[in-house]
Amino acid sequence: MNGLNVEANFDDADGFYVALIDAHRGLSDAASAALNARLILLLANHIGTMTVLYDALDKARAPIDEENSP
Amino acid sequence: MPKIPPQYTYRRSADQESTRVVHHPVIVVGAGPSGLSAAIDLAGCGIPAVLLDDNNTVSTGSRAICFAKRTLEIWDRLGCAAPMLEKGIVWQLGKVFFRDAQVYQFNLLPEGGHKMPAFINLQQYYVEEFLVDRVHELPAIDLRWKNRVTNVVQRGDVVALEIETPDGSYTLTCDWLIAADGANSPIRESLGVRAHGQEFHDQFLICDITMQAGFPTERWFWFDPPFHPGHSVLLHRQPDNVWRVDFQIGADADPADALRIENITPRINAMLGERKWNLEWASAYTFRCRKLDRFVHGRVVFVGDAAHQVSPFGARGANGAVQGVENLIWKLVRVLRGEASPALLATYDDERQYGARENLLNSTRATDFISPKSAISGVFRDSVLLLAKRYPFARALVNSGRLSVPCGYDDSPLNTPDVDDFSALARPGSACPDAAMIGHGRAGWLLEALGGGFVLLVVGIEVPDALRHVADLTVLELGSDLVDVNADLARRYDLADGGAYLIRPDQHVAARWRRLHEADVLRAMRRALGFDLEDVS
Repeated sequence: MNGLNVEANFDDADGFYVALIDAHRGLSDAASAALNARLILLLANHIGTMTVLYDALDKARAPIDEENSP
Repeated sequence: MPKIPPQYTYRRSADQESTRVVHHPVIVVGAGPSGLSAAIDLAGCGIPAVLLDDNNTVSTGSRAICFAKRTLEIWDRLGCAAPMLEKGIVWQLGKVFFRDAQVYQFNLLPEGGHKMPAFINLQQYYVEEFLVDRVHELPAIDLRWKNRVTNVVQRGDVVALEIETPDGSYTLTCDWLIAADGANSPIRESLGVRAHGQEFHDQFLICDITMQAGFPTERWFWFDPPFHPGHSVLLHRQPDNVWRVDFQIGADADPADALRIENITPRINAMLGERKWNLEWASAYTFRCRKLDRFVHGRVVFVGDAAHQVSPFGARGANGAVQGVENLIWKLVRVLRGEASPALLATYDDERQYGARENLLNSTRATDFISPKSAISGVFRDSVLLLAKRYPFARALVNSGRLSVPCGYDDSPLNTPDVDDFSALARPGSACPDAAMIGHGRAGWLLEALGGGFVLLVVGIEVPDALRHVADLTVLELGSDLVDVNADLARRYDLADGGAYLIRPDQHVAARWRRLHEADVLRAMRRALGFDLEDVS
């Protein structure tokens, strides 16, 4: 399979979540947005494969559309 | 001192005296890089061309300044690259800055064993002057200055043009009209043909300045520099100590205001500090990324900016235009001579629509990076630039223009697909890579030896006699006609004993084989001349 892995894959899911929230502590909204952008770019390059990245973009965008739909 | 542009002489043509309308096989309208190249290529193939231009001089201002390797190779075949190489400036180092610091630098690092450099910088007015010089050496071209086309009408297979001159107007007819009349193409308007695409509102201010010294021969691109906050700036060297400074000035700037010298001076001083400079030319511009849905309309064929326009990022305007002209002319010539299927002309559209889409895609992507269109795209752009300073991966995302490389016609109906295993570089549809050669005891280049007809390039085999007598096909034998001195050809073409390449007149690969069979070559050549297309349609 060359799609996005959506099964649990973290070494330590709780640990990652705390680290992600901690990374944003004390940042302005603008600085948080910039951090997120850097994080996405770093991770996207690590993945590298376009089929996986397109799949991730699709899946990330889908729930937002649901939230926005009446 | 700014260069004084040449003034060419309007001469009354005998056609204007004629009591009946004079007919020509091919008329080219517009003596810019596209139209001049088209006429020279036609003349080289023995087809006389009338070339009409509404003005009597070359381009005003430097305009296109970066000319790519493939364009230079084409102009070399047309016999006019030597003065361009002599006058032009070769550059290979580019630097990218973000705010007050350099983010990274890149080197085009030209591979050895090619006659032409990756790029030269040369003002468009020099390019046009050298092309006009070449036209003057070719009696088959009738170049008429101050001949403005005011109307074009197609009736069946004949195109009629009304032309205005200082001596009044006259009419000509032709079998084929090549419209190279620029971005605002009056011929396009006259025929009611529309270009489709995107218009960009961001404005740019070009200042060509002369400086005695001070900057190396490199391409410098700034995002959001302290001397021009919130916008981009490009600095690029041209011959005669002229420097192109291109300021992004935003959608809301007043172009007339930006062009006032009292407003230009502080912008440039903020950038250059104490250096002395003089302004040679300034121009404010916006750009469009658009093209026609079809480049061939009956007997009128659009080329260059009349057919497609791109943003300047990546030097894809003039370079794409010249590659398009080369694609057209060998086909038109063989249709005119009755050696090709008339359907071959339609593949100019197939192949160059593909090329134009590639150029539009690249130049639009660069534009989106340089001018972010939303807050979040600005955040990503700045993040990429900050990361690029520290991490190599992010440099691949920095886009200040993806520089023009030759278009490979991978899906062209003229290609004979590979049946044997080969490396990808010289695959069918791609432009032939050059290689250093010795031919007839003289050092030279593969592309010089290919010339402008079909070529069968073979190594280590007996070529069937029948193939030596095919019209428009030259057999080149590696080892006897040409010596592959550095084995560049063997490597770049993945060519070993027994193998062969069939090369089109525009120096793109048509077919290749590990073992040569006479019937395969003849079939591939017929296919490259468009004869297979007739069965399909």
